[in-house]
Parts: sequence; structure tokens; C-alpha cells
Amino acid sequence: MIKRRLMTLTVALLMAPAAMADIGSRIWATGGVTTIEGSAGGGLVPWALLGSYASDEEWGGTVALSRAEVDDYSLSVTGAGLNWNNRLEITVARQTLDLDSLVFTLKDGFGLEQDELNQDIFGAKVRLAGDVLYSPWGQWSAGVQYKRQRDFTVPSAIGARDDSGTDVYVSGSKLFFAAVMERNLLVNLTARATRANQGGLLGFGGDRNNSHELMMEGSVGLFLNRQWLVGAEYRQKPDNLGFASENDWWDLFVAWVPDRRLAVTGALVNLGDVATLEDQQGLYLSLQGSF
Amino acid sequence: MTNLNLKPLFVALLSAIALVLGGCQSLNNKPDDSLYQQLGEREGIANVVEDLLYLIVDDDRINQQFKGMDVDQFHHNLTDQLCELSGGPCTYTGREMRELHSDMAITNTQFNALAENLILAMEQNDIPTGAQNRLIKQLLPLYPDIRNL
Repeated sequence: MIKRRLMTLTVALLMAPAAMADIGSRIWATGGVTTIEGSAGGGLVPWALLGSYASDEEWGGTVALSRAEVDDYSLSVTGAGLNWNNRLEITVARQTLDLDSLVFTLKDGFGLEQDELNQDIFGAKVRLAGDVLYSPWGQWSAGVQYKRQRDFTVPSAIGARDDSGTDVYVSGSKLFFAAVMERNLLVNLTARATRANQGGLLGFGGDRNNSHELMMEGSVGLFLNRQWLVGAEYRQKPDNLGFASENDWWDLFVAWVPDRRLAVTGALVNLGDVATLEDQQGLYLSLQGSF
Repeated sequence: MTNLNLKPLFVALLSAIALVLGGCQSLNNKPDDSLYQQLGEREGIANVVEDLLYLIVDDDRINQQFKGMDVDQFHHNLTDQLCELSGGPCTYTGREMRELHSDMAITNTQFNALAENLILAMEQNDIPTGAQNRLIKQLLPLYPDIRNL
């Protein structure tokens, strides 16, 4: 299903007429890509950049399909976003976590019949000040992500307190020109207040901690040229559930941005322990179209 | 004991760093024109500026801003300016940047459009990525003047 949708998107993007070339004025790849939570950023970490290529007199939008396959789970994300004047970004995302091998644990241990967990995320991000390329102090944005768990039976059974929650974050991004081997270096730092378990897929709050905590997230990327960006991300996570410990996330990514319409991101991801299943590592692929 | 053993190594390392830094400093006394060379000296820069002008004329986002300008004068002045900024033996003799752009109300969209066209013009002239990045880095301080911020 997801494969067919990815194909359709690719074909649609390739067949888009040349007249679509002017879809926004910001410099190539400065819209970031779509994170697993829908906000513009890398794969796991939201950046201060706003999605699409809309500059200060323009509208823009993005659609994205992403999939992460780790040892015992797979996560699919469908996301879309709008950008007004490079000032305000509005995003939606639907996450589907296939529980794969956890299905048996849940059935035998809890008597629960559940093979996937779904979550909706509604996001808004405002650019507060600066420009990632031109401002000496970089670009600064603040955002919210309202998350709603659609299958709360399992999260509830393992100790989550709520089926919805709101993350609030502040993010700074800065491109340093000719910084490493004459290549441009993109640095992002995000501070997020959250009580989400595994991003919210396992609900919000828990027996160990039930309040918002401040988590630091960061990423660095080096532009080999204006089409290829390689880098790494790190995302600190809360640990609210006594049922199973939660680890920080990290990834190593490569993004290919052949033009403003298309961005393809591949990554090696490490999600650590997820709901008793240890050391979840695997591959991430994301396809983003901008208009 | 470990501390004692490491001390000579630490001193040696410091001396090496001092030597390297000192060496760099004495090199820096000569003006660095490596970017100017990478851009193909004044002739290479003049070619980039010419291609940039063609791109500007075709670009509806910004071509109105250039209406009625003296093309030869613009070409000459911008070539001198990029030559000077890249460490070449030129002197920009045009008007001061802030004064020049003060009545133009240039938006970020228009600034991005110009930056994009400059990158495309450099690509058309096979300027290496590293040199492109270095030149843009030199141009960044002009941003607040051009945008009149």
C-alpha cells in the first residue's frame, strides 16, 4: 500500500510540468525535509526552518511519505504542510506503528489484540527572527505539536496516563558558509517540553513521570554540494513508563534534493529500546514533494 | 605518576600548536587571493557577472528592480566589487551599498532570487562548490545593507 503511494507520488513529481519550476524563492534545500512528526526539519528532529520554499511574499506546501523499518517495528508516516510567507508553518501527520513481533507479547501478556498504533499530529511553527542563511545569529522559531493517540488501549495498559498531549519547542538553525573543507555546515538545536512516550505512540505521561520535561535535540549536516546533505541527529527522550525503559534516538542521514520539488532522505536510525524490545535499529526512507 | 609521564608530551604538543599557529600567522601577512584565483581572476568574475545579468533580465521576481540601469556600469562595478571581496587587485568605485538600495525596498524573496541567480551563474561558469561557498560568505555582510535592515 505504502509502496504504491510512494510510486504514485514519484511519478506525479516526475511528470510535473516545467511551469511548476518556480515554486518558491528560498535557496535549494533550505526548507529542510519532513520529520516523522510532520514539522520541517530532519528525520527525527524539527529545525527552525519552515517547510517548502515560500519566501516572504509567497505561499508553499509539502507532502511527504516516510517509512522506518527497525528490528521489531515499522513506522509509516504521511505528512503535509503549508507555509505562509516563510513566517508560519502548519502541518499534519498520521503515524502508523506496526507492532510486528510485539503483537504476541501483548496477546500473551495482556490479552490485547492490537497489531498497530495510530497517532495524528497537528503542528504549528512560527519563525520568530532571523534567516538561516543570511543572519549572523541564524534563524529562530517556536512550535507546538498537538498529538492524539488513536489506539489508546495498549498505551493505557502499559501505564500511559493520557491519549493526547502537546509538545512545545524552540529551535535555532544556522548555516555556516564554507565552514568545513569549504563546504556549508548546517547546525540545528531544539529544546522541547514534552511528556510523550516514544513520541506519543505509547501515550503521554506515566507512572515514573507525568509532567512535561525539557529535552534537547540537535543535528548537524554538511552540504557536499547544493543537492547532497549528509549529517547526524540526536534526540533526547523522556522515560515515563515503568513498564519499559525508553532511550534517546539518533540517526545518520543522507538527503538528496535534486531541485525544489523533490527531496529524498535515507537514514540509519537507532531508536534504542522500545516497549521491552531492545536496541531497535534499522533504515529510514522519506520522500517529500514541495509545491 | 601518569601526570608526570604525560607532561613532556603535553609541552611538545603545545609547542607544535604554537608553531603551526605562528606559521599560519606569517602566511597571512601575504594577502590571500586563492578565492580570486579560483574564480578565474577578473576575467572569470566578469563572465559570471555577465551570465548573472542575463538571468536577472529573465527573472520576473527582480527584473523590474533593474529597469533603467546602465548595464555596462553595473557590470563593471559588480565585477570590481566581487574581485575586491575575493581578494583580487580591484577597488569597488560604485556607490555605498546601503545608500544604493535604500529606496528599493528589497524583499527577502528578491534577495533570495538574486542569490539563486548568482549561484546559477557561477555553476554555468564551472566555479567549484568550495569557491562558490567562500564568495557567498564574503557577500553575507552586505545583506543588511541591501535589505535596508
